[in-house]
Amino acid sequence: MPAARSDRDLLRDVALVCAADGVVAVAFGALAVTVGLPAWVPVVMSVVVFAGGAQLLVVGLLAAGAGPVAAALGGVLVNLRLLPLAFAVGDVLRGPAARRLLGSHLVTDESVAIALAQPDDRRRRTAFWAMGLGLFVVWNLGVLLGTLGGRALGDRAGELSAALGLDAAFPAVLLALVVPALRRPAVRRAALAGAAVALAASTVLPPGLPVLLALVGVLLALRSPEDARPGDAARGDVP
Amino acid sequence: MSTAGLVATLAALAVGTFALRVVGGLLRDRVDPSPRALRLLEVAAVTVLTALVATSALLEGGGPAGVARPAGVAVGGLLAVRRAPFVVVVLAAAATTALLRLLGVP
Repeated sequence: MPAARSDRDLLRDVALVCAADGVVAVAFGALAVTVGLPAWVPVVMSVVVFAGGAQLLVVGLLAAGAGPVAAALGGVLVNLRLLPLAFAVGDVLRGPAARRLLGSHLVTDESVAIALAQPDDRRRRTAFWAMGLGLFVVWNLGVLLGTLGGRALGDRAGELSAALGLDAAFPAVLLALVVPALRRPAVRRAALAGAAVALAASTVLPPGLPVLLALVGVLLALRSPEDARPGDAARGDVP
Repeated sequence: MSTAGLVATLAALAVGTFALRVVGGLLRDRVDPSPRALRLLEVAAVTVLTALVATSALLEGGGPAGVARPAGVAVGGLLAVRRAPFVVVVLAAAATTALLRLLGVP
């Protein structure tokens, strides 16, 4: 996906990511009630946590009989990456306290990825807020819809989600968002090395930590001055 | 789990997650990164996101996620590299995974 050329292109990209994540949200809502949780759990969780990966993990942990401490800790571990991601869009979050707090809640993999893919500060802001707010609305509506559908479908919701290949949707959305940045060799080297480290670490570490350990891949980028132009890293192929 | 236990879980998870988001943004005000550091920061963000793609595509609960899901994500990735529209990328990924499962591939 090339970087958007106009605001209209940007909004189209935002809408498409929302649509794709909406599908994931429906699947998550359905799954949560299928494993036996009350319907308010996935609905409230989506509003107050608003982080898909952690939500899926926590529902899985609760379904497996984990206690409150273990489940919450697992979710926070998965969300540790939000700290460096929020740092990366820290300039976009500047402003009055209320706006900063709202913006912080909207820091997601998608909003950060699309913001970093923009060529200038104004567009970064527009992209971050459009993606964050749009996703918040679509994600929560999708989860609500999924819980209702999941209750109607019962045990078949999980099977249906797997049969439709919906578990491939989330990684595919994220991959499409980082592909432009990965066109730069130095970024690609760092990201692929990091991914390899994360995969290896996943055999021994709990979910969440391996992804952070991927940051050692950035060491590879330290030694490539040819990529030293600010802003280019996530923009990829902009002429 | 009891309702109280579920409420406690959600509250702790929500507070912890929000704190990470706020602290990350506030740290940026304390530290004024050089252009070079900014570039590395973007590389770091992309690296974390790519690792997340890899782990969520290939793994399920600490073990391998089978063949169908990684294959679907790979097809999506290939289309993204070829600059296919977003919706095509996601639909193709899900459709590939679904088709493979229909054929009995795990």
